[in-house]
Amino acid sequence: MHKAILLFSLLCLAAGPASAALVANGDRTHERVLDNGMKLIVREDHRAPVIVSQVWYRIGSSYEYGGITGVSHVLEHMMFQGTPEYPDGEFSRIIAANGGSENAFTSRDYTAYYQQLEASRYPVSFELEADRMRNLLLKQEDFEKEAQVVMEERRLRTDDQPNTLTYETFMATAFKASPYRQPVIGWMDDLQHLTIDDLKRWYVDWYAPNNATLVVVGDVDPEQVFAEAEKHFGPLEPSNISPPKPRREPPQQGIRRAEVEAPAQNPVLLMGYKVPVLKSAQESWKPYALEVLASVLDSGDSARLTRELVRGQQIAASAGVGYSLYAARDSLLTLSGVPSQGHTVDELEQALLEQVRRLREQPVEADELERIKAQVTASKIYQLDSVSYQARQIGSLESVGLGWETAEEYVQKVEAVTPEQVQQMAREYLNADALTIARLNPQPSEPQNRDTKGASLDAPHD
Amino acid sequence: MPRMTSVLLLAALLFGWSGISQAVPEIQNWRTDNGAAVYFVHAPELPMVDVRVVFAAGASRDGEQLGVGVLTNALMSEGAAGMDADTIAQRFDSVGARFSNSALRDMSIFSLRSLTEPERLEQAVDTFADVLGEPEFPVNALNRERARMRIALKRQEQSPGEIAKKRFYADLYGEHPYANPVLGTEAALERLDQETIRAHYQRYYVAKNATVAIVGDLERDAAARLANRITGRLAPGDPAPALPAPEPLKADVGAILQHPSSQTHVWMGQLGVARGADDWFPLYVGNHILGGSGLVSRVAQEVREKRGLAYSASSRFSPMEARGPFILSLQTANENTEQAMNVLHQTLEEFVTEGPTDDEVERAIKNITGGFPMDIDSNSEIAGYISMIGFYDMPLDYLDRFIERVSAVTPGSIREAFQRRVDPDSLLVVTVGRIDGQS
Repeated sequence: MHKAILLFSLLCLAAGPASAALVANGDRTHERVLDNGMKLIVREDHRAPVIVSQVWYRIGSSYEYGGITGVSHVLEHMMFQGTPEYPDGEFSRIIAANGGSENAFTSRDYTAYYQQLEASRYPVSFELEADRMRNLLLKQEDFEKEAQVVMEERRLRTDDQPNTLTYETFMATAFKASPYRQPVIGWMDDLQHLTIDDLKRWYVDWYAPNNATLVVVGDVDPEQVFAEAEKHFGPLEPSNISPPKPRREPPQQGIRRAEVEAPAQNPVLLMGYKVPVLKSAQESWKPYALEVLASVLDSGDSARLTRELVRGQQIAASAGVGYSLYAARDSLLTLSGVPSQGHTVDELEQALLEQVRRLREQPVEADELERIKAQVTASKIYQLDSVSYQARQIGSLESVGLGWETAEEYVQKVEAVTPEQVQQMAREYLNADALTIARLNPQPSEPQNRDTKGASLDAPHD
Repeated sequence: MPRMTSVLLLAALLFGWSGISQAVPEIQNWRTDNGAAVYFVHAPELPMVDVRVVFAAGASRDGEQLGVGVLTNALMSEGAAGMDADTIAQRFDSVGARFSNSALRDMSIFSLRSLTEPERLEQAVDTFADVLGEPEFPVNALNRERARMRIALKRQEQSPGEIAKKRFYADLYGEHPYANPVLGTEAALERLDQETIRAHYQRYYVAKNATVAIVGDLERDAAARLANRITGRLAPGDPAPALPAPEPLKADVGAILQHPSSQTHVWMGQLGVARGADDWFPLYVGNHILGGSGLVSRVAQEVREKRGLAYSASSRFSPMEARGPFILSLQTANENTEQAMNVLHQTLEEFVTEGPTDDEVERAIKNITGGFPMDIDSNSEIAGYISMIGFYDMPLDYLDRFIERVSAVTPGSIREAFQRRVDPDSLLVVTVGRIDGQS
């Protein structure tokens, strides 16, 4: 009824006469390679007088092996501890004095360092990043302190977070040979036994211009950025980089289960199927069909999991799907959830399996695909509201070897996916043989009954 | 970026910056026909619009009905104008619009992002208007959302940080409404029914209690029509009454809570300031130096960089309608709790007694003013700023004068403001962790 009242105003909200013409991402993105092998990518974005500058290294937890897990991330922390030229936190102080904000992150496939600055100030960032790419001090005393900080980070983010703890076990159960079994932050025991020599080796092996990509997005002239980058990064010597071994996961032959018992209130269910990603897929449409499959289940409140499991059957308090289209190695398509009150994890598991069965048996509806297309075309515009998002997308795609242009194909590739292809993906990959299931079984806290000695999850302090 | 009025950086004069000129979004402000305050920034660069509607209807308005603010907020999109939750979700999703809602202590917030392409925007705005103006609070949705809030309450109970935060607010505010747990309590949720929720909606979801922020590729007249449309079915009503002033702590108080975690979470603090306090800028810059600027702040230097005691350690003022808290917090391995707390307390005490150095103030001002362009470089950030300016009735030139006012802060004004506002001998201290000899 209200619709009738509002009809008269249809089209009155139309945009102003001149929506600024959008320049295609491809036309405002420029690349260059220095003689030492360092790749530079600049995207012009003149909306605001700011830039984000990021240096990406092809190194992360998936490059690590047993005994030194977490070394990439500890090294990321050490990158803030100084060089002969800029010792003792000078880096952060200089960026701060220039009005900048900075940080870094380590993931499975890459490590990135970034600064956000007023647009004219990117040379400051280049000077400091070039310096610490080759001249890090790596002092024993800094390392001892920073290792403690990282162990606190692990306690904060994993050991005392039952859901994260469950996820860690889940990944270690799903993968046996693939390094994706290792947590990015590292196992606590490995952290306790890391040495400064481990870090020095890691730094020498991987921190080099020919293993790095510089990404700048913002209100800049690309030629000036290239010239400035040449000045700072150009003189750096390249290294001999040995690419990591494939370490491919052997085919899984049967369902795997893991149980985590930890002090908690809510149970959690994680289910993951081994699937290809864009990097590994033989046929490039397949990962996009998996992306659409994930979106059919979970993209917005009208997608199947929320509509049917949270609202309809009310079996789940929350439920979601994860898929890393742009991962460097074969990964998982995960379904996860928390059962609602009065429902068990078993019921939730059955309900999620039923969702999978339906994807195998019936093609998805045309209006579901329409919705996903509407969402991805809108997202493509929304993403432009953030220079950081654009830079992260470019940097991550470059670092896994897909190239930044890959993102420009995304909408078109998703739009090309058919219901039959989604069904084919469900049939091909969402099989019990390739399934891993982990559950968090909450244990009572009973703090008063627990001895404070030796009951700690990680027992780090004896 | 939105249309700009250029303002010369005063910092450039004061600190010898290369004379960059800073552009600040031009905020237009008016009222809808039924009295909602509208704040608009024209941003033509991207064919999209962000709309944020904020009601003074957060948890501080719960009264005896703890949790009613969040539950009402959550239920608005679960049935409206004859549509069920599936239809509402479908109408947003099928045009690629993003709808979200959340409630804090002061605010009940509804956000919409849509492309400005007419057929998409029409449907998104239409649905948004239905949700705000004609919610139905169906019983089945009420029961479901209430059950989900119980799960959310339990999730808080498994997080030492959340437990500490909740206890901190409860003990700091006592009888004041800011003590209300935002998600309510098990028992209070049980009592909430349709009638209570409708009454809450009718009292607080009124035009004169609403702030509408719009940022995007619309001309002013289109923005005015949009604002009228999304608030059109709200009763004019009255603004929420002013919140009472909270009573300051009389002396040191503390709570030690046991939790089976490997770290102890520490929350330390007292009452801070309300939005619009006269001495806000000295406090803001001072806190930036004390614990508000990441690794270079004093708290992070002492706790983390010198001693490796925590991953994160910081301090902050959270100004709200009534006096919000001033908080110092960290998390550390259980056995280091006492040492870390001593370092935190001593760092505060020294800062309040001696104040910052000239050099620290100069560097903080450079960091804040130099970073200002990044604070307002996206439509979503501008929408956040202007809805805050509107909600707290801050001056329209807040952003224009931000750099000038930050730059005017001196070491003396910081010391004076901290000594007036912060008493290191009268702190509330909450710890949550595995603590020897306590139960």
